[in-house]
Amino acid sequence: MADTVKKDFNLSCPAPRLTNDSIVLAHGGGGKLTQQLIERVFLPAFADPALEARHDGASLEVAGLKLAFTTDSYVVRPLIFPGGNIGDLAVNGTVNDLAMCGARPLCLSAGFILEEGLSMEVLETVVASMAKAAEAACVRLVTGDTKVVDKGKADGIFINTAGIGAIQTPLPVGPAWVQPGDAILLNGDIAAHGTAILSVREGLEFESPILSDTAPLWSAVEKLIDAGIEIHCLRDLTRGGLSSAVNEIAQARGVGIRLDEAAIPITEPVRGACEILGLDPLYVANEGRFIAIVPAAQAESASTLMGPDAVQIGSVVNDHPRTVVMRSKIGGNRVVDMLSGEQLPRIC
Amino acid sequence: MKFIDEYRDAAAVRRIARNIRGLVTKPWTLMEVCGGQTHTILKSGLQDLLPPEITLVHGPGCPVCVTPVELIDQAVEIASRPEVTFCSFGDMLRVPGSSKSLFDAKAAGGDVRIVYSPLDALKLARADTSREVVFFAVGFETTAPANAMAAWQAAREGLKNFSMLMAHVLVPPAMEAILTSADCRVQAFLAPGHVCAVVGFKEYEDIAERFRVPIVVTGFEPLDLLDGVRMAVAQLESGRAVVENQYSRAVRRDGNRAAVERVAEVFEVNHRKWRGIGEIPWSGLKLRDRYTAFDAGLKFGLSGAVVEEPSECISGIVLQGLRKPYECPAFGTQCTPETPLGAPMVSSEGACAAYYLYGRHREERLQPELPGATPHK
Repeated sequence: MADTVKKDFNLSCPAPRLTNDSIVLAHGGGGKLTQQLIERVFLPAFADPALEARHDGASLEVAGLKLAFTTDSYVVRPLIFPGGNIGDLAVNGTVNDLAMCGARPLCLSAGFILEEGLSMEVLETVVASMAKAAEAACVRLVTGDTKVVDKGKADGIFINTAGIGAIQTPLPVGPAWVQPGDAILLNGDIAAHGTAILSVREGLEFESPILSDTAPLWSAVEKLIDAGIEIHCLRDLTRGGLSSAVNEIAQARGVGIRLDEAAIPITEPVRGACEILGLDPLYVANEGRFIAIVPAAQAESASTLMGPDAVQIGSVVNDHPRTVVMRSKIGGNRVVDMLSGEQLPRIC
Repeated sequence: MKFIDEYRDAAAVRRIARNIRGLVTKPWTLMEVCGGQTHTILKSGLQDLLPPEITLVHGPGCPVCVTPVELIDQAVEIASRPEVTFCSFGDMLRVPGSSKSLFDAKAAGGDVRIVYSPLDALKLARADTSREVVFFAVGFETTAPANAMAAWQAAREGLKNFSMLMAHVLVPPAMEAILTSADCRVQAFLAPGHVCAVVGFKEYEDIAERFRVPIVVTGFEPLDLLDGVRMAVAQLESGRAVVENQYSRAVRRDGNRAAVERVAEVFEVNHRKWRGIGEIPWSGLKLRDRYTAFDAGLKFGLSGAVVEEPSECISGIVLQGLRKPYECPAFGTQCTPETPLGAPMVSSEGACAAYYLYGRHREERLQPELPGATPHK
């Protein structure tokens, strides 16, 4: 038998698949394939300096005003989930993209693609949530559009929102301004949104239900700006979770990032659900969580301003450029890579 | 979290690591058999805590990695049929066959579903009897009972539209294959705890005795693995070679009798080809004659054609613990999780994926200079 085993050593390699000739779900997952799609298809076609900054939104100067402009589409299933619905997401997601540009959200547009047969009650629930979320975020919903498609051509409701905001930070904010030595702050426990949605889909029930963390982030960012914190970079932790956010920054700036696993807050029910579902919380989507990268000297005061649950979870370093390394709870080290393929299809 | 935190406790880990350092007097090579164990080792950075004398090599215990390319091709072929709903554990979807993966079949319009249990596939079959529901029965002894249960239940209910594509493999024959290989470096095994929770470890006692090799049935948390290493090293240092049970909170010597009986009723042992290793006699499971109505291979009249694979990737050698993933010239360059050359780079249990995802800093050199933007202010 030893001979059989040795003889067949090399029978192991299928032909490499270097390109996808059609779109797969992971192209929308926020991980590496999304990055590739942007780099190979969108950036070359739309060549524009604002787009090439590859931030959550574009920072523009119009008639002497510093504006941020962003758009996002929402295709979540189920439409209504513990802690929110697609309407909250559609407002908060776009408001948060503006906030991550250091911009006070001013107004939004909303485009609806509705599937024939959608219950009017569901639509009204979603729209009421949008109105409430817009009010909470102090943003006006000023223009919109509706299309209805044949049954089976959409999944209930798809929503697109775009938003304009006024940039309030005195200095530019983004990966290009990140410095070795900077502190990385996180505003609360991670992975609740993605876990809440997946738990509903998989029919998991917990003693205390896991609620989505969907929330507007502008007020926390505004406090940092008002207090004169020198914000180097902001990033909300949506698709692809914390790992994608820190990897994008490390790669864009060519720096290393160190994380401390023990410092990253995750609630007990979320940890339990992730264990059961086989998910790594670092890759799970959030809708009300962000990281702020600030000078180490301001870390403590910035963390206080970001909220009661905010913590420093790591730092920017000169070592291992373009790579995120996490010290595990037991004291070992591991690389935290960007999401490869998809972990949760269509979560936000 | 109870039953998790105790086994990831930093102080306890340090204590056992100290204990191991105190035991070791010479170099030892240990193999953890299961891919889940490999991932814990890399994910928690356990190697940083072990003395340099201890080398851990990673075994073939990843069912996705060892499923031969012919079977992936058959799965893709079945999944592409219009009348079929093809159900699989999520991991199998990305594994490339000779030209396509199940994800490709899905993108091309095939009805491919991810399920968490074969019983979910049964539900689909009951719910719509006009569809042919096929379950990809992949795995070691761990998934065998649930898969056997699905066939048993389908038979009891007289379901005609349910079948399974069988790709089951067994651990002990693979361990024997590794031990009889001329290049074998393995001096002790950390046996897969979950497999043993099902079948027990009597079969391993025979291997330990015949090959004079210590075997420690080991769990999957960082503390379990470190404790397994400690027990194996203690045996090696004192010249013993027996089966010990580190994972006693889950594993009994006789295993789970009801599960073993159900498996034996539905399946029988057969010869099985392992991707990257070759055929290992009596190392797989197939449906017994009275259950062949549920054999998807027979139902869809698939050929047993052997597919020759190109040979750049060394996954066969990696799966036998003869090389580390990063010793492959394609590792991290031609071969990444997005463009896998071999299955160990695809699966969440694969050794190459574990090194790629968690362990690359071990090989990377530091590059201190910073390109790009000018400093802030």
